[in-house]
Amino acid sequence: MMSADTKTMNMIEAINSAMDIMLERDPNTVVMGEDVGYFGGVFRATAGLQKKHGKTRVFDTPINECGIIGVAVGMGAYGLRPVPEIQFADYIYPGLDQLVSEAARLRYRSANDFICPMTVRTPFGGGIFGGQTHSQSPESIMTHICGVKTVIPSNPYDAKGLLIAAIEDNDPVVFLEPKRIYNGPFSGYYDRPVEPWSRHEASAVPEGYYRIDLGKAATVRAGEAVTVLAYGTMVHVAKTVVEERGIDAEILDLRTLLPLDIDAIEASVKKTGRCLIIHEATRTSGFGAELAALVQERCFYHLEAPVERVTGFDTPYPHSLEWAYFPGPVRIATALDKILKD
Amino acid sequence: MPESDSRPASNLPPLSLHIPEPRYRPGDTPDFGDIAVPAVDATPRPSEDTKPDAMRDMCYGLVRVLDFDGVAKGLWDPKLSAERLRAMLRYMMLTRAFDERMFRAQRQGKTSFYMKCTGEEATSVASTMAIDRSDMCFPSYRQQGILITRDYPLIQMMNQIYSNRGDHLLGRQLPIMYSAPEHGFFSVSGNLATQYPQAVGWAMASASKGDTRIATVWCGEGSSAEGDFHSALTFATVYNAPVIFNVVNNQWAISSFSGFAGGERTTFAARAVGYGIAGLRVDGNDPLAVYAATQWAADRARTNNGPTLIEHFTYRSEGHSTSDDPSAYRAADEATAWPFGDPIARLKQHLEVLGEWDDERHQAQARELEDLVKTTQKQSEKLGVLGHGMHQPFETMFEDVFEDMPWHLKEQCDQMLAEQEAKFGPNWKPE
Repeated sequence: MMSADTKTMNMIEAINSAMDIMLERDPNTVVMGEDVGYFGGVFRATAGLQKKHGKTRVFDTPINECGIIGVAVGMGAYGLRPVPEIQFADYIYPGLDQLVSEAARLRYRSANDFICPMTVRTPFGGGIFGGQTHSQSPESIMTHICGVKTVIPSNPYDAKGLLIAAIEDNDPVVFLEPKRIYNGPFSGYYDRPVEPWSRHEASAVPEGYYRIDLGKAATVRAGEAVTVLAYGTMVHVAKTVVEERGIDAEILDLRTLLPLDIDAIEASVKKTGRCLIIHEATRTSGFGAELAALVQERCFYHLEAPVERVTGFDTPYPHSLEWAYFPGPVRIATALDKILKD
Repeated sequence: MPESDSRPASNLPPLSLHIPEPRYRPGDTPDFGDIAVPAVDATPRPSEDTKPDAMRDMCYGLVRVLDFDGVAKGLWDPKLSAERLRAMLRYMMLTRAFDERMFRAQRQGKTSFYMKCTGEEATSVASTMAIDRSDMCFPSYRQQGILITRDYPLIQMMNQIYSNRGDHLLGRQLPIMYSAPEHGFFSVSGNLATQYPQAVGWAMASASKGDTRIATVWCGEGSSAEGDFHSALTFATVYNAPVIFNVVNNQWAISSFSGFAGGERTTFAARAVGYGIAGLRVDGNDPLAVYAATQWAADRARTNNGPTLIEHFTYRSEGHSTSDDPSAYRAADEATAWPFGDPIARLKQHLEVLGEWDDERHQAQARELEDLVKTTQKQSEKLGVLGHGMHQPFETMFEDVFEDMPWHLKEQCDQMLAEQEAKFGPNWKPE
C-alpha cells in the first residue's frame, strides 16, 4: 500500500504527516493537547493541522494531563479515535491513574463492552539539556502496565508508519518520540555537528498512507558477532559505535516494546550467541531487565557470554552533567569489548 | 433500545463543541477596552476574619490602590512609608535588570534556558514584602522576585543559571529552578502546580506545631487547571490551613490563553467560592494593591481564620521562556495595550507624586542596578558557564539520590569514573 510519491521529512514532519492523513481518512480521529492547536505544538508536531482540519478536531487543552488522558478515554467510549499529546513524557505522571487503571483495563473489565482506541504521543529522552523534568525515559512504566502498547520509532519513515498503525489500533498505545532525534539522527558524540535527517535514507517518507505493523522489529544492520537490542535514539548511537570499531554486530531496532517481536530477538541471539541491550532509561527495573530475562529464558544454551546492559544511571537526569550521564559511545564500546572478549 | 421512561432528545438541534479562542492573534490590533476597571476606591475592604461566604463579591471585583495618575486611594491603601516604597521599587527594578541580563546570557549561549517575569514583578516582590521574612514560600518558576526581595545573593542565582562551580545545586537542575531554604524558598520543580498541596502541608505542619509562620504558594492561571491545585484547595479548606494561594493570571500559558484554564467563564479568584475559602482578585500590576491583599491574607492566616486565594490579574509581557516565540500566537501589541500599565512605571509615578522620587534618581538607580548585575555576572562567569567545560566532579551525579549511597549506585559511580578516564584521561578535574 505504498504511495509512489516520497518527500524528505524529518521526524517531526513525518509524525505531522501521519496525523494529517489519519485526520483526513477517519472523521473520528481527533488530536488534542497543550499548545497543539493554533500554535502547532511546542515541538511543531501538529503545525498546520488545526487550520486544515478545524478547531473541533485539533485543539488545545487545559494544563491537566489527568484530564487529557481521562477525556480521551471518554471520547474513545463514544467512538472517537483520540490522539492526545502529553507535552513531555516527564509530565505524564499526573495522568497515570487514567492510563493505568482506566485506559489499559477498559476492554478487560468490560469484557469488550468498551474499548480505548487512544494513542498518547509524547516526546521523551534526554540530550537537549532539559534537566530532570524534560529528559526522562519512562517506557518501562508503560510496558509494566497490562493493556497498553508501547511504541518507539527511531527514524522518520518508521515514525509515520508506526504512528498510523498506532492510531488505527483499537487498544491504547503510548507512542514515545525520542526528541533528541526529531531533527536528525544522533551519533552519541555531543561535540560533533548535528547531522540532518536529509542525509539519512529513512528521511524518504511516502507522502500518502502506509502503515508499519506494531510488534515488528527492524534489522538495522545484519551481523554475526553480537546482537544489539536498541530503540529510539540509541539505535543510532549503537550503529555509530559498531561501525567505528568494525564490529560485525546485528542491530535490532525493536520499534515496538510491547507487543515485542520476540521471534526476531530469539533468531538473532541464537545466531550470534551474544547480546547487548541498550537504553537511555535508568537501569534498575528498566526494559533491559525484561529483555535480558527473555533472552536467557529462550536462548540460554546458545549464549557464549553473559547478556550485558548499557543504560542510563539510576539517578535523576542531571542538567550540566548530561553527557556524563548519557549512555554514549564509551559505555557502549566498553560493554561490547566485554561481551566479545572470548 | 427498549422503551424506557426517558426524555427523547433526538428532535433537538445538534450539539456543538465549544473551543475557546483568544480575541487577538498575530496581525490583530488588541483592544482591552471591555476589561472592567472598577474605580480605585470602589472596592470594599472586609475585615480579616470575614466568613468566606460573606465576601464572595471580592472574587469578582478588583482590589486597587493606585489610580492611573499615581495617587494611592481607598480602603486598601497600605500606607507604606516612602522608604518602603523605594525599597519595593528597587527590588522590582533589580528583578527586571537581572532578567534582562540573564535572558541575554542565554541568547549568548551561556546557558540552556531562562524565564523572565517582566510585567509581573509586583506579584512576587510586593507580596513577599507583605509577609514575614520567616514565612515559607513555595514558588513556581517565575518568582525570582521572592529571592531578590529577600536579598538572596544574586551571584548564587547566576551560578545556578550557569550550572557552574559555584552552583550549590551542583548543576543538577534546569536554570532558575532555585532552592534556598535559609531564605524561606522551597526547591522549584519543573512540573506544574505540584508545589500547591506541598504548601498546604507545610502550613498544616506549622499549625499543628503551634508555630506562627504561614506558607505562601504561587502558580499561573494555566497550571491552576492541574489536579494538584484542586487537591490543595480541598485540603486547605478541610484543615483551615494558614496558607496564601497566589494565582498569577498573566493571561497566557505558553500559547494557550486563560480561556483554556476556564477563564472565559469566571475569575480565577472565584475558584475560592466552591471551596469555601476567602478569595481576592487584585490588580497584579499595582504593587500597593498586591501588598495590601497579601497583608490582608497573611493577617487572616496568622489569626487562624484560614486560607485565602489571591488572583493577581496581570499580563505576561514577554515569552513563556527563552524556548518560546509569542509572536507566533498572540498580537504583538498586547503588552502595551494592557489597561493596567507596568508595575515599575506605576510605582515610580506614585513616588514622584509623593515628591519622594524623580526621573533623575530613577535613571541613576536603573544604571546602578544594571552595573550591579553586570559586575555580579562577571564574577559568576569566572566560575564557568554551561556548555563550556564540565564544572562538577562527576561523582556528584550519584550523591543525594539517597542519604546513604546503596551498592548499585556505588557500582555505577565506579563505572562512570572509568568512563571519565577513558574520555578525558586520568588527571581530569572539573573545569
